Amino acid sequence: MDDMDFLSPFERLLEDQCAPAVVRAIEAGESAQALWASLHESGFLDALLPERAGGAELSLAEVGPLLQALGRFAVPLPVAETMAARAILAQSGAEAPAGPIVLATQGHTGPVPFAKVAQHALIDTGSKLHLVDLSDPRDAGFHHGLAAYIPAGLPGVVIPRPDRGLMPLLAVMRACMMAGASDKLLTMTVAYANDRVQFGKPIGRQQAVQQQLAVMAQKVIACRIAAQIGCAAGLDPSLFAAATAKQVTSAAAPVIANIAHAVHGAIAISAAYDVQLYSRRLHEWRLADGSEVYWARLLGSARLAQADMPSVDFIARR
Amino acid sequence: MRTTVRAVIATVIDQLALSQRARTWMGFDAEFSRALGRAGLLGLTLPRRYGGAERGPFARFVIVEELLSAGAPVAAHWIADRQSGPLILNYGTQTQREFYLPKIARGEAFFCIGMSEPGAGSDLAGVRSRAERTGTNQTGGGWCLNGQKLWTTNSLHSDYMIALVRTSGTPADRHKGLSQIIVDLKAPGVVVRPIVDLTGDSHFAEVFFENVMLGEDALIGAEGEGWHQVTAELAFERSGPERIYSSVLLLDAWIAHVAAVGRLDGETAVLAGRLTAQLATLRAMSIAVTALLVKGESPAIEASLVKDLGTTFEQSLPILIGDDLASHPEEAVDPELWRTIHYLSHIAPSFSLRGGTREILRGIIARGLGLR
Repeated sequence: MDDMDFLSPFERLLEDQCAPAVVRAIEAGESAQALWASLHESGFLDALLPERAGGAELSLAEVGPLLQALGRFAVPLPVAETMAARAILAQSGAEAPAGPIVLATQGHTGPVPFAKVAQHALIDTGSKLHLVDLSDPRDAGFHHGLAAYIPAGLPGVVIPRPDRGLMPLLAVMRACMMAGASDKLLTMTVAYANDRVQFGKPIGRQQAVQQQLAVMAQKVIACRIAAQIGCAAGLDPSLFAAATAKQVTSAAAPVIANIAHAVHGAIAISAAYDVQLYSRRLHEWRLADGSEVYWARLLGSARLAQADMPSVDFIARR
Repeated sequence: MRTTVRAVIATVIDQLALSQRARTWMGFDAEFSRALGRAGLLGLTLPRRYGGAERGPFARFVIVEELLSAGAPVAAHWIADRQSGPLILNYGTQTQREFYLPKIARGEAFFCIGMSEPGAGSDLAGVRSRAERTGTNQTGGGWCLNGQKLWTTNSLHSDYMIALVRTSGTPADRHKGLSQIIVDLKAPGVVVRPIVDLTGDSHFAEVFFENVMLGEDALIGAEGEGWHQVTAELAFERSGPERIYSSVLLLDAWIAHVAAVGRLDGETAVLAGRLTAQLATLRAMSIAVTALLVKGESPAIEASLVKDLGTTFEQSLPILIGDDLASHPEEAVDPELWRTIHYLSHIAPSFSLRGGTREILRGIIARGLGLR
């Protein structure tokens, strides 16, 4: 199926319900209930569920463009995480709660994106998954951030764990959101460079600025392709797929954010301008679910374990 | 198909040291190219009636990937197989197709591309080599070529050059008046003078034309359309696996080295993992551009993007791996590995020159983004 079939209605929904003003309001502590209700009613949260469970039975590869849209619209709720949680719960016949769900790995103590606005967490304990209720998790305290710490030892419903746990899937989904946020920053930055006049001409005519934007475009497209490699591996992605997706996007994120800021200049430092909605996310998501070195180390260990295999076989025959 | 190509590669590869194999598409071996032709692995995308295999660009991608990652000496047929063949198929006359394409598919006609000149590097509108019409169409006219090409890769060993020359106007007319012509490098008046490069190789040369008389059918495509044709051709030149795999042999040799000495610590794994993730992404990007070529598009911007990222990756390999090995002075390193690192460090600047400089490519990308 052509992914445009469901991408455009999803984008229309986000355009309608998730304007930057809504993102800012929710980040400032206002209720996300209205946005969540419209997402819930749209049916998109069940995109990954089998048809018999009332879902659209889409693959992660088909849903990938939607996950990128979440980043492009800076959606301030754990939509991707809830989609995945609902699919995993359905696989084991467990009922999914109606509210937003985040995914987490027990023993990983860092802040979890969107935990501040989630009502539930699906926690990978290493042998099982626990679905727990979240009440007032400790705010990570990033300015206008939505990350929070998930307390250990919460009681919950126990379901079977996918073979590889939740971390690889989270990494792939985060990579998609990063690809989307990166794409939005590129669009904004090119438009600004064509608009802003200094030295008597748009700054986009300066070769120094053009070279920067070309580098940015390369990184943005590499992020998209890496995210696609991740999504192609489905809901229980291989180490190769997850590591490629998250290593490439996390390594590119600061470069992309920095060029967006450099080309915009001081205006993008102001809270009122939208660049920060996306650049803050890129920095937060880069560090969530394993940074570039985390995934490089795991992928590299797997590569070194097959040292006599040519690289072309390692990357192409899978 | 991978099995067939691996069998042919096995016939030459064992005799080549790692630092020789690192030459990949600069390594010249005419007999090897003919062996590939006999195995049906050249001109893969050409129609059967011209000696091709009528396979898609993806099949060619696989073959090229195997050749490059093994470090097979592919220079002899490289340019003919990659771009001259498709160019002649697209723009050539029936006579030109029937004459050149079967030879290319057999590995018996080697081509080089004449673009740069002393006064025309990145700015090809500065081309001054000129082909003038001789006689008239009624009397079966032809062309008289004068001028000079420079930095022409593989011209010393090639049979033909497809040259971008001026057939009308002056450099002030920019891209108007440029045409592509096929020059038989054995024709009287052609002098090829090799240039020794910083690694001791002579992979490029300067080529002089003095009153070189060419037939009417030397012109390929339409007169005055040379710039347009070259631009389309460059998409083939810029996006292929050779923009990713030129140093991959070194990566594989380094991985074999750290495994052999048992250095499998986290720091080593991080470097191996980072390079593997980059390589996997670049490969997927190169395949995405191939898919656009399959659709009949001319993805100039996408190809530029892949080439810039790919050559940046290739150039980083000898730097990163050299640093890694030299930070473990206690390890015994195969002298060939050191030689390869030095060879690649020296030649690597050419990776982002050949086929369009990094700065030019970034300008093309910027224009594609809607700037200017």
